[in-house]
Amino acid sequence: MATQEAVVTRPMTVTVNGQARFAEVETRLLLVHFLRETLGLTGTHIGCDTTSCGACTVLLEGTPVKSCTVFAVQAEGRQITTVEGLMSNGALHPIQQGFHEEHALQCGFCTPGMMLTSVALLAENPSPTDEQIRWAISGNVCRCTGYQNIVKAVQHAAAKLREET
Amino acid sequence: MYPASFEYFAPSSLDEAVEVLERFGGDAKVLAGGQSLIPAMKLRVTAPRALVDINRIDGLDGLVERGGGLCIGALVRHKTCERSELLRGRYSVLGDAAPQISDPIVRNLGTVCGSLAHADPQGDWGAALLAIGADVVIRGPQGERTVALDDFLQGPFATALESSEVITKVQVRAPGARAGGTYLKLERKVGDFATAGVAVHVSLDNGSIARAGIAFTGVGPRNARAAEAEQALAGAEPTEEAIVAAAQLAAGAADPWDDHRGTVEYKRNVVRVFTERGLRTAVAAARGA
Repeated sequence: MATQEAVVTRPMTVTVNGQARFAEVETRLLLVHFLRETLGLTGTHIGCDTTSCGACTVLLEGTPVKSCTVFAVQAEGRQITTVEGLMSNGALHPIQQGFHEEHALQCGFCTPGMMLTSVALLAENPSPTDEQIRWAISGNVCRCTGYQNIVKAVQHAAAKLREET
Repeated sequence: MYPASFEYFAPSSLDEAVEVLERFGGDAKVLAGGQSLIPAMKLRVTAPRALVDINRIDGLDGLVERGGGLCIGALVRHKTCERSELLRGRYSVLGDAAPQISDPIVRNLGTVCGSLAHADPQGDWGAALLAIGADVVIRGPQGERTVALDDFLQGPFATALESSEVITKVQVRAPGARAGGTYLKLERKVGDFATAGVAVHVSLDNGSIARAGIAFTGVGPRNARAAEAEQALAGAEPTEEAIVAAAQLAAGAADPWDDHRGTVEYKRNVVRVFTERGLRTAVAAARGA
């Protein structure tokens, strides 16, 4: 059956990982599809696609959001950080080092979202307790690790970041 | 999953927002946090022809104490409530509900007023705000009007909001000088909807109960008050016997259904236990207030 839906597009500018990006997008395009398909940044994963798992978590103005539950056009003029934006000058971010050192991933599917949520936590609270870490990542589902090593990885990164400052 | 196409508007004023809503005559939706609306659009449960994104409108994100109560603007996020010192003490029914809503990432975007407009019977804010008492302030083509929350919530996903109207804020009524409250929610995991939730608010006058507010989440077609239990407690001494009797009345007033979260009997019992516990906590807090 023919659809009566008209394609509605809109120009948008957004800063992703520090770089200004311009695109003409469909208004109904979800932020996660904009990142993965329009920009080719496939580090942001689509897990449940129902606002439940947190695999698609990115930072919007520094705040973790589920990019499957935000329209790309809502990010007009805003700053987005994805996992691709964590490295700087060829060096892993302390949270990436932490996940590596503490073996905080097995399949890796939840890892980008876990790390971005953790980065936002540490920006607010440089010395979280294990309990506070578990609370902060309670919207990010990991089906491999049992979370133990993820908590250790976040503590590893917290210690590293405290050393740096 | 891809939502149906829609026209997108990001007005910078409420007047402009209302104008767009009116122009689309019932076929436009307000986008605040989007944490219920966008999932519904992805499932094509709803397919509005236009979205009116109110996030660029200044002055809607205020959470302040005013006129003896609280004023919660249309863009106040769950996270802001979770962290606000204002929602402690006499407003604890609200402060206790906030961190139990969905998960931390959803709470970063989701809004109190959006939750009320969505009117999911599983929503937590409806119960918490009914217990303490609140009014919804609405802007439409004819100006502003205020509707008591109990009249605003009409049924599952149904409210008194007309198609050209937008909620601008919710006003929490004065909690009482000596008051306390709490929100108890049983959920299978973080992010799940309530198996059952009970919000309790109590204010005391000379040691007896001036007003008791008891309201439910997820055990009826809408967030609803346990009116009989509230009436039984009004003016009464807050004794253990009175609390147990009120909790029985509350359990009888709940209208749950059998599902994967539990049976009718089980959920009623959760309501009874939570009402007892909630009343004990609220009375103790009110005595210390």
